[in-house]
Parts: sequence; structure tokens; C-alpha cells
Amino acid sequence: MYNETEIIKDTTELGPDGELVINMGPQHPATHGVLHLVVTLNGETIKKIEPHLGYIHRSIEKMCERLTYRQFIYVTSRMDYLSSHINNTACALLVEKGMQIEVPERAKVVRTILNELTRIASHELWIGAMAMDLGAFTPFFYAFREREMITDIMEDTCGARLTMNYIVPGGLMYDIHPAFQTNVKAFIKQFKEKVTEYEDLVTGNVIFQSRTKGVGVLTAEDAISYGCTGPVARASGVSCDMRKIAPYDAYDRVEFDEVIETDGDSFTRYLVRVKEMNQSIRIIEQLIDNIPEGEFVGKTKNVLKLAKGEFYQRVETARGELGVYIVSEGGTTPYRIKFRSPGFSNLSVLNHISKGSMIGDLMATMGTLDLVIPDIDR
Amino acid sequence: MFLKDYISDVYNGVASLLKGMRKTGYYFTHSKEIITEQYPDNRATLKLADRFKGEVVMPHDDNNEHTCTGCTACELACPNGTIKIITKFDITPEGKKKKAIDAFIYRLEMCTLCNLCITACPSDAIKMVPNFEHSVFDRSKLTKILNKPGSKIKEGIE
Repeated sequence: MYNETEIIKDTTELGPDGELVINMGPQHPATHGVLHLVVTLNGETIKKIEPHLGYIHRSIEKMCERLTYRQFIYVTSRMDYLSSHINNTACALLVEKGMQIEVPERAKVVRTILNELTRIASHELWIGAMAMDLGAFTPFFYAFREREMITDIMEDTCGARLTMNYIVPGGLMYDIHPAFQTNVKAFIKQFKEKVTEYEDLVTGNVIFQSRTKGVGVLTAEDAISYGCTGPVARASGVSCDMRKIAPYDAYDRVEFDEVIETDGDSFTRYLVRVKEMNQSIRIIEQLIDNIPEGEFVGKTKNVLKLAKGEFYQRVETARGELGVYIVSEGGTTPYRIKFRSPGFSNLSVLNHISKGSMIGDLMATMGTLDLVIPDIDR
Repeated sequence: MFLKDYISDVYNGVASLLKGMRKTGYYFTHSKEIITEQYPDNRATLKLADRFKGEVVMPHDDNNEHTCTGCTACELACPNGTIKIITKFDITPEGKKKKAIDAFIYRLEMCTLCNLCITACPSDAIKMVPNFEHSVFDRSKLTKILNKPGSKIKEGIE
């Protein structure tokens, strides 16, 4: 039926200049979710990467428009599920800002501690998963050992391990667990002892270094023009920590350094995240002994109604800047809600920084961008 | 110069590998420090956190009485339509009509365990329990009626 040349043309999909188009994903172990990358290759060199989104689109923004200001917070846990606590905080802060709800000091401090614990847990998972992308299987278990302590703390206090929904407009849903402080202190002690193990296993490893150093270099100008935030931009020397720029909750009263490196390659992004974990520990140490007594939730009305107008709140999640934008018509539900998710901007830079590199380096670049696909698609 | 780089690369590579393998070897020989729990085997001793949100239940006391008034606050608070309350009118001994629940339908398969219904309940009639083994063969088995048959509302709860 077909002559021989036609069959070859059909199966190899060679482009005009001998390009080969391969599909990475949607089901691929290194994309951590259902991300579909259409990679155009010339030999082993990447010519173009085109991310195809929408495989896990749940229209969260539209769903939120149907829910009241108490109800819509739980949905945001499902966006960036690794920093669900911080997403919930962003929404609660916005409702509090719009209604001028007074938040008790106790709630502010507990929120800050839990936010930092979430950040550590997210970075721990990222270290394990990224090392696994690059072929090292063991660090995954070491990272999850410490992460398990955090999820246990979350389970004790919030009642869930991943999608906590512990934050309500006005404070916290219920008071912290009596053993919260002891458990967090035990975690800090163990973390400080064991963090050197990551250094031994991953940071100092020659294979890891040679696979990440100089790979996927992002300059500061590109980071700004693509809207990168979080550790990705900070590794390129851009100061963008929302905890410093626009402090919320109890961040204005704690001392910590914004980790900024200038190299911008994959290894630097790794280092920034490891150093950020130590800074998070520093924040928790300052607050854990000084949780003020008192109410854990402020006085709120039974039915929450935002005034007519527009509201915006931004927080620093484990991946970067999360912005929540609400247009209210004065009713019990938002008229329009928009999330500015950090993952989407960080993904958009992927084509730019991996153009011209080898396909094997794409794993390192993608891993260090720390993509969470439900955050990108929402 | 090339030979020097080559040898130092090999040396550094082997040294860093051995450094990492010393760490893994430590845990290989110190099995007591491994914290993995063998889940199905430890079911007898497994204890979840008290606050773990696993399932909504309605506690009944010894007289088969609950405290649910059928006010539908939980139904309104639920973001997913998980809860459906069907009410009826009981005739009290004085001959008055009194609102009571006929069926408290709870659909576990739609529930996201967000705890909003528990905080909305004014009479603490429902609570979360740490049950997590929810797998069943048929999806319809996840639709539960929480009030037990023949149960009635506790005296004095309005």
C-alpha cells in the first residue's frame, strides 16, 4: 500500500532540518504530574520546548466564584498542594484585609510557624524528588524521614497531612495541639543534626555537581522579564521575597536573611533552597517559645461579605509569589477570583533556559524549577 | 595538565561517592534507627492523631440519642454538597409538632474532609473520627446515613 519512504517519514516525524519532535509526558516520571512537553530536538540538542497545559485543569478559579468566603479556602489547598498551608493563608489574609478583621497575635504567630514548616516540608520533598530525577534514589528516603516529622506535626494540630484547611478568616480553625511546641522543638533538633546528611549525599556528590553546575543558567534580566519568583529568581540574584517586601502575619518581627545567590544555574537553585530551609528553622526558633496566649480566632460575623471593590494579597509560597485577586460586588461570593501562581511563570522560562542544551540536562533544569503541575493548571 | 585533572576528577569522584556511601552504610548496619512502619502488619498498634480528619460521624449515647436538631447549618456550610438532611415532624407527648431529622445523608465519596461542617454545627452533633480505611467494592456503600435507626434527639437540645 505505502512505498518505503513514506513509512519512514511517518514514523520518525523528522522536521524540515532533521528535527525530531518527542513528547515528554503527560505521563512521565520526571514531570511530577501531568505536564506535557513537546520537545523539538536536533540530535540531542534541544531546539524548542513547548509546554502543553490543561491535563489537570479543574477550573479552581471558577469553582471559587460559587463558594462563600469561608468555603473557598479549602479549594486553594489543591492548587499548590505542597504549600497548601501558605495558599490558605493568602486567601484568609485577603478576606481579613477586605473585611478589616482583627487577627489575634496567637493566630499570627502559629500561622507563621506552620507556614515555615510547610516550606521546609516542600523543600524536603523537592530535594528527594529532584535527586531521584537525576538518578540518586537514596536521598528521597532521607528527605522524607524529616518531612514525615512535619506531616506528623500537621496531623496532630491541623488534622490532615497535606490539605490542611486549618486557616479560617480571622485566625485558626481550632487551637494548636498541646504537644505542638515540644514536637516542633524535637523536629528542629533532628533537622539540624540530619541536614548534614544531605550535604554528604547530594551537595558534595561529584555526579550531582557535574550534572547541575552551569546547566539551565537564568540571568537576572530574564528572571525579571519572565516574572520568575521564589528560589528560581533568588538564585539569579533578584530580590523578591514577599516576606521581606510586604511582611504579613508575624514576619515583620522575626529576623531572617533573604537567600540570594548570583550564578543562576541549577546547582545554585539547589543551594538556595537548602539555605532557605535553614532560614525557616531560624524563623521557627525565634517564634516557637513566644507563642502568645489568648484567642486563636478573632471575632467575625456569621456571614462574611466583602465590600464592593478589588482586593489583592500576595504571599511567599515555597515556589515563589502567590497573588490572590478578588473582585467583589458586595455579596457573599467573589464576583471574580484570579490566582497568580508562581509555577506558571517559572515554567514559562523553561524554553528560554534550556534551548541549546542536551536533553539529559532538561531533567536537571526542570527539577530545579520545582514545578507543581496543579499549581500551573489550577 | 590533562592527566592531573583526570586523576583529581577520579579521586574526587570516588571520595564523594564513598562519603555518601558511608552515610547509607551507617543506616544499613544500624537498623534500629530506621523508622519505617510496616502498615498492614501493625494495624493492632497503629494509632493516628486524635484530630485526624477521616470521616464524619454522629455520636450516639447509650439511649440511642443524638444531638442533631436538623438545623441544616452543616448542609449550608459544606462546599461540595456532601451532606443532605431530610427532616420530619415528630409529635411530642404534649401533642405539639417538633422538627427532627429523618435521615442525615453523608456522602463520603464527595467529602474533602475540610471540617467546615463540624465548626458550623451549633450543637456538636457531628464530629470527625480518624478512620481512614474507606475502600469498598461499590461506590454506593460510601453514601451513609449517620443517624442510627430508631434514634431520637436528646432531651433539652433545641
